[in-house]
Amino acid sequence: MYGSIEPNEDHCIMSIKEYRTAIEARGGLLVVRDTPGVAFGDRVRIENHAGQIRNGQVIRAADEEVLILVFEGTDDLDLENTWVRFLDEPVEIALSPEILGRELNGLGEPRDGRPPVLSGLRRPVGGSAINPAARTYPREFIQTGVSTIDGLNSLVRGQKLPIFSGSGLPHNRLAAQIVRQARLVDENSSFSIVFAAMGVSYADAKFFRDEFANSGVLRNVVMFVNLADDPPVERLTLPRAALTAAEYLAYDLDRHVLVVLTDMTNYAEALREVATAKGDVPARKGYPGYLYSDLAELYERCGRIHDRRGSITMMPVVSMPSDDITHPIPDLTGYITEGQIVLSRELHNRGIYPPVHISPSLSRLMKDGIGKDDTREDHPRVAAQLYSLYARAQETRNLASIIGADELSERDRRFLEFADAFDSRFVTQGEDEERSVIETLELAWALMAHFPRDQLTRLQETDFARHLPHDDRP
Amino acid sequence: MDDAVKDANRTGRVRDINGPIVTIELPGARSGEQVKLGELGLLGEVISLRGGDAIVQTYESTDGLRPGEPVRGLGRPLSVELGPGLLGGIFDGVQRPLEAIALASGDHIRRGIDLNALDRAREWRFTPNPALEPGARIGGGTLLGTVPETATIEHRVLVPPGIEGELEEIAPAGDYDLEATIARVRDAHGASRRLGLYHRWPVRQPRPYRRRDDGVAPLITGQRVIDTFFPQLKGSKGAVPGPFGAGKTVVQQQIARWSNADIVIYVGCGERGNELVDVLETFPQLDDPYTGRKLMERTLLVANTSNMPVVAREASVYVGLTMAEYYRDMGYDVVMLADSTSRWAEALREVSGRLGQMPVEEGYPAYLASRLAALYERAGRVETFAGASGSVTLIGAVSPPGGDFSEPVTSHTKDIVETFWALSKELADARHYPSIDWVGSFSGHVHTAAEWWHQEIDPNWEQRRTAALALLARDAELSRIVNLVGPEALSDPQRWELEGAALIKEGVLQQSALDDIDTFCSPAKQFALLDLAIEIYRSGESLIRLGVPVSELQNLPLLAKMRRIKSLYSSEELDRIQGFRDEVEEAMEGVRIEYSKLDRGAGVE
Ligand SMILES: Nc1ncnc2c1ncn2[C@@H]1O[C@H](COP(=O)(O)OP(=O)(O)OP(=O)(O)O)[C@@H](O)[C@H]1O
Ligand SMILES: [Mg+2]
Repeated sequence: MYGSIEPNEDHCIMSIKEYRTAIEARGGLLVVRDTPGVAFGDRVRIENHAGQIRNGQVIRAADEEVLILVFEGTDDLDLENTWVRFLDEPVEIALSPEILGRELNGLGEPRDGRPPVLSGLRRPVGGSAINPAARTYPREFIQTGVSTIDGLNSLVRGQKLPIFSGSGLPHNRLAAQIVRQARLVDENSSFSIVFAAMGVSYADAKFFRDEFANSGVLRNVVMFVNLADDPPVERLTLPRAALTAAEYLAYDLDRHVLVVLTDMTNYAEALREVATAKGDVPARKGYPGYLYSDLAELYERCGRIHDRRGSITMMPVVSMPSDDITHPIPDLTGYITEGQIVLSRELHNRGIYPPVHISPSLSRLMKDGIGKDDTREDHPRVAAQLYSLYARAQETRNLASIIGADELSERDRRFLEFADAFDSRFVTQGEDEERSVIETLELAWALMAHFPRDQLTRLQETDFARHLPHDDRP
Repeated sequence: MDDAVKDANRTGRVRDINGPIVTIELPGARSGEQVKLGELGLLGEVISLRGGDAIVQTYESTDGLRPGEPVRGLGRPLSVELGPGLLGGIFDGVQRPLEAIALASGDHIRRGIDLNALDRAREWRFTPNPALEPGARIGGGTLLGTVPETATIEHRVLVPPGIEGELEEIAPAGDYDLEATIARVRDAHGASRRLGLYHRWPVRQPRPYRRRDDGVAPLITGQRVIDTFFPQLKGSKGAVPGPFGAGKTVVQQQIARWSNADIVIYVGCGERGNELVDVLETFPQLDDPYTGRKLMERTLLVANTSNMPVVAREASVYVGLTMAEYYRDMGYDVVMLADSTSRWAEALREVSGRLGQMPVEEGYPAYLASRLAALYERAGRVETFAGASGSVTLIGAVSPPGGDFSEPVTSHTKDIVETFWALSKELADARHYPSIDWVGSFSGHVHTAAEWWHQEIDPNWEQRRTAALALLARDAELSRIVNLVGPEALSDPQRWELEGAALIKEGVLQQSALDDIDTFCSPAKQFALLDLAIEIYRSGESLIRLGVPVSELQNLPLLAKMRRIKSLYSSEELDRIQGFRDEVEEAMEGVRIEYSKLDRGAGVE
């Protein structure tokens, strides 16, 4: 499927015709007439009256005319004097080990003032579906050092686990902390990082750049960046370019790759913008019906493949418009990814970092990545028990807010104390605090020790014997 | 078939490529006909004709396709190969064998790849039907012979529907590949026709049967909230709606693992690749609780994952159903799981949108409801042409946007199905699994199922089930009061009702798919647990009536044990559960004696 082409620019230019038959430009779309045999999905170069170059892609190809998506937008195009050149190749990026340490745009062009990545190896950014029969189920536990993740929503190598957040919540700090700390328990190999920023602010991009530099991982990072004031349409190719780079690092160079995509909401908004311009039938909130498939095309590029040493783990950041988890972007993301880490404004306002709300958070791949041979034998039951205590504690909190904590029974008060201890000791941790999974589990036991055993019905006798802190045994 | 060959060489050209929708010029194209597009030979299907043009939906990505490229009409509708070798396999949405494709084209699916669904090189041991002699009248459904497809499944080689005549010859016992002739039949016009071990069938055409029958037996899934509370019959249609992460896939995979069906067809329709891998990697290790053989021997997978072309998603459900009907026709009970029918509906929407059809609700075309109904209608228990009884049970997951059950796909589905297992986000967030909500769910089969339970397990089944549901309903009422005025407002009997409901929830309804012991629960164990929970509640109730304070009962260790017992003892250890029941009786009796002593003491003073 992937091919490399000879980078013989001169030859290409000579054989490729230019057309000045554009008849319509609107919302990032350009219609060009009388263009025989242009391939669907091919790359286009557009030169405006002033000689400036834009890039585009054929999104509908018919006998009479083609429709082009212009990545830099169609503002200021003088149709009479617009030259369109069909490059006869798909949208591709150049790949070599030298991409590490670079900062590129959505088309793989440098943004760091350094020369373009030179390589005979170019691959189409669109990728193609992994054959499910070629996949291997992800099972290797990644320790992120964050208790709410490692203990209750464990991440495994090859998983796609998004952070659902809201404006002003510390998702960037959490993502950066995970990037810094993520490792396999018994291996020292660290991750290569592919960082894809879509429509983020200058400050956020700088935050990550500085983070990578300060923690000394910059050599191991390739950044794809499109800022808030860069053309939105470019956000559509950017994650694809980033994932193409990730696939190269994982499957050609045998690296374990962690991909951070931020912010998927900006991506989806760009998609809606283009869809609206194309006149696609909207499904919910104006987003096109194919938003699900489009997002899946990105998210499903992660995973593990038989006989391949490398892997792709993905952590997309999705900010939920108005903190609404049922908004189409987080909703469709949740339907595709293998769980989600949900940040809560309420916890954040109470000064808790990281403000991970465990009830709606979930890791679906946890089950095969934890337990006896992976973390510790009691881990699955401890997680189930903590969840069940926490659910009950939440009910008690609600009750206390109605009738007052003083009215609570002895039993209920214990749950209330647990809820507070859970938030302040288990959830809360420093931005530089890296807890081993064993430390996380010990912490869990310390919290559970305040309950009589007959309330800990998810645990087994052997667990008590082995792990219950001695002095607290009721 | 011969028609197809005659037509097969018509050619034309591509005119317009709009994503998966391609307009072509192809003289004589018919609606529903399969076509191959371009140099790569991308597979597509004509969905409508407009003037001289045919509109094609393409099952593969059209990247790189150009106007002017050649087109070839295949002269036949989308159809599947039916014969031995399907079981244990994984196929894509148009029945291409994914394992063979992985060998041929590596990690990614090469476009235009064209491999037979069934392995032509493999030989099968055929034993002819001893009752058949040349000269016999045969017709659709006549048993020609059998092939051991897997250790558990005998593949019954039947005359395909629509063929009738006089048997000219039948092959002797021996090893045959799929292209071999195993019988010849002379039809009414005197034409002789060869029959092999496989045939093709168009996926959008339901396979015929002699008669439709009512369902009689419940599909036992080993999941308490399903079997005991919202039972489904073999041959019926059910749905599992729920927001993301609520547990639809786990419910379906549990049914695939533990149900007492003969054949399981699992269709991953627009869902995650890893979920199919999970089945592929674990089923060959797991034992079927009924036959003791490996689960994969009775299972086949159809995979159109969310990143695979959208249009093939629409086809994948029909591909699965056609294979399900094929095994039904052999007299088997087949369960087909479709995860998720919402993705199927979205594929319809995608195509209709590209065709510029008028959307009615949330972008869906007006024919959504009728297509959905027709799809579920292919489920059923039937009498086959061979006189056997076979069934297709269809269970579809539904993924409502935002978890909103009033959206079109969920609401239409709800009108069609007989069993509705509504998953709740609140329960899932509280890690109450399976998060099937006893308020929003329904089963139209409780009475029929009751007959089975009463006969096979215990005559008190329906009564106990009703008692449990009544407790849960009281729990909801009382919890409302507690949330208004606090628990102090409740009387002792009311508090005990809450305790009883908690036992039902935690000791009976909750069932972790990840628990080695509790992942499967036999009907007898299901009843034992239910009966025990009700028994504890009732004896406590009578003690409270005697004046025993509820706190006395709440401190009994047996309440904790009741919550754990499901994962302490397996379905084979019912005697241990009985042992616990004796303990319960003893403990309750102890409380009664203790209390009546106190009481009498008080009376003397
Ligand atoms: N019966 C169960 N026992 C234990 N865990 C369960 C059970 N049901 C669901 N879960 C947990 O919930 C998670 C999500 O379940 P599942 O993948 O079935 O959700 P879903 O409804 O199919 O979501 P989606 O629509 O996104 O596919 C599982 O990974 C598992 O952790
Ligand atoms: Mg699912």
